[in-house]
Formats: sequence, C-alpha cells, structure tokens
Amino acid sequence: METTAFNRHYTEISHITKATVSLQADGVSNEELALVEGRLAQVVRLQDGQVTLQVFAGTEGISNDARVTFLGNAPVLQVSEALLGRFMNAYGLPLDGMEPAVGVRTEIGGPSVNPVRRAQPFEPILTGIAGIDLNNTLLGGQKIPFFADPDQPYNEVMATVALRADADVIVLGGMGLTNDDYIYYRQRFETAGVLHKLVAFINTSENPAVERLLVPDMALTAAEYFAVEHHKKVLVLLTDMTLFADALSIVSNRMDQIPSKDAMPGSLYSDLARLYEKAVQLPSGGSITIIAVTTLNQGDITHAIPDNTGYITEGQLFLRQDTETGEVIVDPFRSLSRLKQLVIGKKTREDHPQIMNACIRLYADAADAKVKQENGFDLTDYDQRCLQFAKAYTRELLSIRVQLSMEAMLNKAWQLVADWFRPEETGLKSELVARYWKGKK
Amino acid sequence: MTKGKVTGLIANLLRVKPEGPVRQNEICYLLTGGDRLMAEIIKIEGETVFAQVYDSTRGAAPGDKVEFTGQLLSVQLGPGMLSKKYDGLQNDLDGLEGIFLHRGLRAAPIDLSELWPVSPLVSLGDRLQAGDWLVETTENGLPHRIMLPFHLSGHWRVTYICPTGNYPVTHTVARVEQDGREINISMLQEWPVRLAMGAYREKTRPFKMMITGVRTIDTLNPMLEGGTGFIPGPFGSGKTVLQQAIARQADADVVIIAACGERANEVVEIFHEFPRLDDPTTGRKLMERTVIVANTSNMPVAAREASVYTAMTMAEYYRNMGLRVLLLADSTSRWAQALREMSNRLEDLPGPDAFPMDLSATISSFYGRAGTVLLNNGQRGAITFIGTVSPAGGNLKEPVTEATKKAARCFFALSQRRADSKRYPAIDPIESYSKYLEYPEFAAYMEDLEQADWIAQAYHIKNLLQRGREAADQISILGDDGVQLVTHLLYWRAELLDFVLLQQDAFDEVDKYCPTDRQAYMRRLLLDICDRNYQYDHFNEVRPHFNGMINACKQMNYAPMGSPIFEQHLQKLEELAGQFLDATSPV
Ligand SMILES: Nc1ncnc2c1ncn2[C@@H]1O[C@H](COP(=O)(O)OP(=O)(O)OP(=O)(O)O)[C@@H](O)[C@H]1O
Ligand SMILES: [Mg+2]
Repeated sequence: METTAFNRHYTEISHITKATVSLQADGVSNEELALVEGRLAQVVRLQDGQVTLQVFAGTEGISNDARVTFLGNAPVLQVSEALLGRFMNAYGLPLDGMEPAVGVRTEIGGPSVNPVRRAQPFEPILTGIAGIDLNNTLLGGQKIPFFADPDQPYNEVMATVALRADADVIVLGGMGLTNDDYIYYRQRFETAGVLHKLVAFINTSENPAVERLLVPDMALTAAEYFAVEHHKKVLVLLTDMTLFADALSIVSNRMDQIPSKDAMPGSLYSDLARLYEKAVQLPSGGSITIIAVTTLNQGDITHAIPDNTGYITEGQLFLRQDTETGEVIVDPFRSLSRLKQLVIGKKTREDHPQIMNACIRLYADAADAKVKQENGFDLTDYDQRCLQFAKAYTRELLSIRVQLSMEAMLNKAWQLVADWFRPEETGLKSELVARYWKGKK
Repeated sequence: MTKGKVTGLIANLLRVKPEGPVRQNEICYLLTGGDRLMAEIIKIEGETVFAQVYDSTRGAAPGDKVEFTGQLLSVQLGPGMLSKKYDGLQNDLDGLEGIFLHRGLRAAPIDLSELWPVSPLVSLGDRLQAGDWLVETTENGLPHRIMLPFHLSGHWRVTYICPTGNYPVTHTVARVEQDGREINISMLQEWPVRLAMGAYREKTRPFKMMITGVRTIDTLNPMLEGGTGFIPGPFGSGKTVLQQAIARQADADVVIIAACGERANEVVEIFHEFPRLDDPTTGRKLMERTVIVANTSNMPVAAREASVYTAMTMAEYYRNMGLRVLLLADSTSRWAQALREMSNRLEDLPGPDAFPMDLSATISSFYGRAGTVLLNNGQRGAITFIGTVSPAGGNLKEPVTEATKKAARCFFALSQRRADSKRYPAIDPIESYSKYLEYPEFAAYMEDLEQADWIAQAYHIKNLLQRGREAADQISILGDDGVQLVTHLLYWRAELLDFVLLQQDAFDEVDKYCPTDRQAYMRRLLLDICDRNYQYDHFNEVRPHFNGMINACKQMNYAPMGSPIFEQHLQKLEELAGQFLDATSPV
C-alpha cells in the first residue's frame, strides 16, 4: 500500500484487542483503510473522536505507540483485463512475483443490482455429473454452495465443475486454503490450459484469518467488472465460506457484539447475503455464478453457518460418501437447485422433471427399506427391488466419477426404473410412460 | 427544521448532536460525500440522537451534517400503486437510474402526470368523516376510492366536489370544511407506516373462506378473508413456492407481496411471470392486481425493517376502499433479524437468542393490523396476512416462531421430512392447524354455500392421517408381519390421501390450481374409498392395490376435470376400488 504526504499519522493507541486497535484521531471516515505499523486495517467504529480499527492481520506484537496512517479510502481493487491470469492475495497484491495489475480503482463491496434490471436466469450449466445436471440443474447467475464434511473431495469436485462449466472467466477466492489445495487448484487449472481466464485471490491457512474477510469482496468486484463491463459469463468459486464466517465471528466478538447462535454475529445472514446476492444474470448476457464451499461439522446443517447459507443460496449440493457402494455422491435428498424448474422439461427433455422425481422417490423408499433391514425385519419383494435399484442408481448415475450427457442421464434413469419396477409403481405420467418406458410395461 | 452534526457511527447507526428539538422516529437526512441518505431517529438520549441510516454509511464521518424533517416515515397513497415494484421505502424501482442501486437515489412512488377518470360519490353539503369515500376512479379494472384523509378528526362538510372528468392525482377533487376551516383534497395522501390506519367503524371476525386452490390449505386448514397465518419451515422446504402459489391463485382483489430480506431472483421471477399469467378469478393479468415491495437481502438492513410496514400501510389503504387485500411477507424472520441487529447496536438489553425483549409484542401488533373491517358506509374490507418464518436450524422452538404462533390463527408447518421425500407442498397435515375450522361464523357461511360437509370432512381426513401415522410407527417398530392387516390398511389409506390430496405439483399446469368444486369432488371420492372395508389375505396385497389407486388418482390430478384422460383414469380407479371388498360387511 502506498502512502502519500497527505496521509494523516498518529502514534497514540489507547486500546488493543486481538483484532482491533482504538485511538483518538480526526477527519477519519467510516470504512476507511489505515495502516497500523504497516498492517492493513479498516475503520469499524467512530465515536467522539475515538476511532476503532479492525486490523486484518491481527494485533499480535502491536505496541501502543505504533504508527497509524489513514489512507483516505475504503478497500479498492484495480480492475482491468490485466487481472486475467493473476494470482493475488487478499489485498489484491500479486503472489506471482509480477507487477500489480493496474486498472480502474474500484471500491470493493459496492452496491447491489436493482432487481428490475436483472434478467431471469435461463442458461443451464452442464457438468456431466448426474447428481447436479439431472437432479439439481445449475443455471448461469445462480449461487449455490457445496455442503461437505472436511474429508470430502470438495475442492476436486469444484475444480471439475469449473472446468466443465464453459465459463468465460473463472474467479477463485480461496479462504484459509491449505497450501496443498492451493497448489492443487493451480496445477489443475494450468494443466487444463485455462490460466488465461482465471483470476485468483488467495488467503491460505498460513495467512492471518481476518484477512480472509476481504477475499469474497475482491473476487466479486473482479467478477462484476468482467460481467458488467465485458458481458462475460463469470464463474466465481469461493472456498471455504465456513472459514470466512469464522473470521467474521472473530471480529464481532472482539467488538463486544452480542453473539447469536453458535457464537456467530447476529448479522451473519446479512453479511453472507450481501456477497451471495452478487450472483446475477444481466440482460446484456453477462452473468455471475457463485459456487461456494461450506464445510460442515459431521454433516450438521443446523449450525449457524450452513443454516444461514441455506436460507440465502439457491439450493445446496450435499456431498457425501454412500456407505453401501463407497461412491462419493451428490445426495439426492438434501441437495437442491431452486432454479432448476426454470429449465427442466423446458430447455431439457420434457420427461426430465418426472423421471428425476420418480427416481428420487424410489431412492427414498430404498432408504426406508434399509432402515427396516437394519432393524432386522423381513423385506418385501418391493423393498428388495428398491434396494437393488438404489445400488444401481448410485453406481451408474449418482457417483461423481460418472460423466454423462443430459440425454444419456435421462435414458439411463428410465432404464434403471424399468429394470426394477412396473410403471404404476412409479407414479409417472401415462403419456411419458408410453413414450419413454424401456422394455416391458 | 432542526439541523445537527454527526458525532459518531458504527455500521449504519449514527450518533447525532441536534441543534434544536427532534422527535422520536422522525426522518432525517445524513449529508455525506455528496449523497443525501435517509435515516430514522430510533432513540434520544440526552444530547445524543441515535438514527439508523437506510443506506450504506461508507465514508460518513463525524462532523457530517444532518437535517431533520419533523416527519415520521410515511408512504404516499393514491391511484397508480397497483403493478408497481417498490423498494422498502416506496421508491419506484423502475424509476431509479442505472443498473446498480447507488445509495441515496429516490424515485417518486406515484406518477404525477397520469390522468385518472374520476366520478363523484358525494354531494355538496354531505357530512363526512375520515376514510369516507369522496370520488371514485378505476385502477386496473378495480374501483379505487379517494377517501377523506385518515388523519382528519370529526365531521367535515363537502363544499366542493369536482365534476366527472380526467385528472392527475394532484388535482383538487373536493373541498371540505369544519368550523370555518376549509381544506383541499387531492387524490394523494400520506400515512406514517408504523401507525395502524383506522378510519373504519369496527373490526369483525372473519367468516368467508379465501380460496387458494391449494388443496391442503383449502380442504384441511382453510384460510379466511381477513385471517392471519404463517408458514414456518427450514430452508428449502417450500415456503416461497407456497406463498407465490397463494399470490397467484388466491381469490383477492389486491395482492401485496413484501419480499423482505430474501433473494432477488425470487422477485425477478414474479416480475417476469405475473405480467404473463392470468388472475384465475377475473382473467386479467396477475400483475395488474399486485404490488411488490422488494427489500431483498442485499439491500440495506434498516430499510428491510421498514419494508413490511410500507407494505402493510398500502394494504390498509386498499382495505379502506372496501377491497379484499392479501398481504404476503417473505420472510418475517428477516424483519425480526433486522430488529435484532438494531437493538444490539443500541446495546438494549437482549431477550432470548439476542432478539429484542419486545419482539413478541412487535410481531403481534403487526399481525393485529390484518383483519376484516366494517367501514363507516357499511361496506366491508379485509386484509388477509400470511407471513413466512425461517427458523434457525429449522427448529420451531425459537423466538420468532413462538411469538408468531401466538399472533397468527393458521399454522402451516413445513416439514423437512416431507420436503426431503419431495412430498410437496410439505405442509405437515398433523402439526398444522386453522383455528377458523372452529369458527361458528365460518360453519354458517359454508352451510349457506351448501358445503356443510366441508368442515366435518376436514376433521375426518385429519383423523385418517393421524391414524395412518400411528400405523406407520407401528409397522416400523413391529415389522410388516408383526402387525395386523388392518394396520396396513390404515397406513395405505393415509398414503392415498397424502399422495392425492395433500401433494400438489406447483409446477404442473393443471395440478397447481385446484378449484373448490374439484376439491370437493376429489375429497368425497377419496373418503368413499377410505370408508370401504377391504379384506386382504396377505399384507403384500395392500401396496399394489393402493399403488394402483394412487396412480389412477394422480393421473386424474394431472388432467383437466372431465377430460377423456380424467374419465379414463376415473374408470380405472372405480374398477380397482371395487376389488378386495369384503362381501360380508356393508360398503
Ligand atoms: N409445491 C411444490 N411443488 C414442487 N416443488 C416444490 C414445491 N414446493 C417447493 N418445491 C421445491 O423446493 C424448492 C425450495 O422451495 P422454496 O424456495 O419455496 O423454499 P423456502 O422454504 O422458501 O426456502 P428458503 O427459506 O431458503 O427461502 C423449490 O425450488 C422447488 O424445487
Ligand atoms: Mg424462500
């Protein structure tokens, strides 16, 4: 960060907490940036001449006569096409040893799009993964997280989705990323030859936690530039939003805010919504699609972080390992894409909604049968068939290793249903059965 | 007007030192960085005034100027609000420049240049009081009455009334006099949003069913015109889909939708679909009867809190002209969270889950603004209010759900289990209730319509569903062959009712809207089957038998009533329903 002769300096800090410092200062404005002994900080409270600064890198070792320099503006990113191919830190400074990208200085965390200026999402994003395309079709302009336990391969799946999604620009926001995962993403994108359309803001687990708070805003400001100015289809990957929310709670707890559920700030919903709502389909053709990762603690989706996320995003993709087959799948029960109904059966084949639902319902019956089995009861013939079906459905469709076209997924689904059931057991519409049922009716 | 200076701020809460008198809840403007940002006083403490800014306060600083207006937060009321899309502070979103919502932008809520065909409803010398109808115009095919302003007290004599003609809203349509004071009345008036609008004779108990076309509501837990209800449910359980179905299908004159802290794409869906879709009762376009108040989750939090009041005040205005208004708010939990954020910043003593102590009172006085009213002229108006609640962690034991339960008379609980198994709408038929089933007024009304069996059958169906659930529990504990055959029958009867009556595909052209005659027909048909005494030799026979009947009924649900496909499956159903009958006992 550059400072100039016009910057104001102070050297008398009155309070220091883990994440904040306070001092007497004049002419300071809300959300303005400052440097505290060289560490970036931001104004979070002003009262009677007293200024409270949130120090992103933490306050460890800061002395009470540290030099505080106010920079006169909120955090900015210089946006231009020069961002493409760059790896930067949470402040937008290069990690790749090259000169900083120059461009138009844009304040991050800017205003939202007027809802009447939005277009309705319409374009399916196909990934080849049936748990997504068939059961939870994604659309351009959607915002959706993967819910996954830390041991699930969410970064791999996310990279796969990003590479198959056919985006014009990919923006990666890494928060608390392990160094190994950072290198994994880098190599995977490099091998795929897409570095020229990638912009990355990386905060690794070695970097200070509070710095992460800047990453999503940086990523989304870059995304907005390409979507609004260049009408690009931008895919934003945010991993891991749980670590972002943890950083929020560090700051709010240091600010003596009354925590609500799970020690999270009461404003968690608004803080997350402000970011996720940047997802948009613009009438000009540009779009911002956000795919995020929210790691869970032992599948607990009632924790405040996944819970608030679920209330904000347009569905969620629940990754889990199927115990029966060992396959990693996108769970058909707890996953949801809320925008799918805009396209399924309209942009995709007419039978899509019905066959999708029929499979899920039968899969649910299989789950009931399994409970019966575990409780030591005899299974009926129907129960047996449900279990067989579920196994095949998991192996041949749901597994994230399977890659199929939309058409092939639909055909496969009809095939599996016909293998194990009679039409009247499926509740499928009779016209569709007449047209698509495979084999004996 | 009083001026002042900012002395401190945290997020959107300002501390201001005023130079003169100020009043609680008055609107003021913060002048910062060339913008004029609206704010509302929420606390006065000695020399310091606390004001919440309805916008981003980035760049604001101590020393910034504040101008007080002396006015409470108000909305403008007049013809031209129907089919508008407002933000939470009643800015016309279509009137705002640019793609982004830059802070401080304003757009007039009502078009001042449009001409309205006006005809008088009173004569010179008539004595009127607040709320009485003066002249009438037509707004999107609905009668729109211009009323004597609600803040006037006592009786006023008409000294001038405009001749029939076309006028803009600012035109003086009447003059009235009281004790020698004469005032001009235009078609515009203002009302402070946090104050319930009176100007009617009395509130009465609701009695008339508000048809929604959603079977599990109308048939089992009916909503009444002027009634209140709420829809709690975990994320993804179908609150918004259900509410939007009600917005599309309900038999109401005016529908006001408050999108309160929810997704922008959901209002975009309304913007795109409502202008194309028809109102099932009038055949006009849905958008023509609809007003949208959108404060989506990315818009400033303080304005979110105001938005539900903005919507309610508009509803009261249309109610006072004798219309049946349906007000929907999605989600009232976001409103409660906005209250929480503010009270935390004010360092008020927190109640449960850090919500303000008076949350329950705030919620119940809001629900209390709904209802049926008898106007001074003997006509009736109604506000039906249905809010959604988004309980943290999906757990209904939390302050917003509990407070709302005390305030609302219908409870449509969405269940995660039903949503997971795609049994939509996921309204739990056993947990949910409509207190209106117990209203004698409602029973009398249904009797007048020759639908007296509606209420009795609703109880009967609930009972069958309850027994089905008990049967399911027994089967899962004791196993298929550990229970009697009749337990299987009880279970499958409930499944039949569930699949055919409770479940309804909101995205199917035919199934999404079920008119009352069709509901009555299907209900009687299903109860007739449920009353039959089937005899099986083995429990294995029950599933295929009922599966066949369920399938036939579902095909009927997807087909227009009376169509060849409908009749064909009806025939199939009757054939199946005739099997396994016990010849020895009467049907
Ligand atoms: N009646 C229905 N018919 C078919 N699908 C439905 C129905 N109701 C809900 N769904 C499915 O469930 C999804 C989620 O529904 P909805 O958006 O209404 O949930 P919600 O309760 O409002 O969630 P949130 O609290 O997060 O806003 C829908 O996108 C749709 O796929
Ligand atoms: Mg919703």
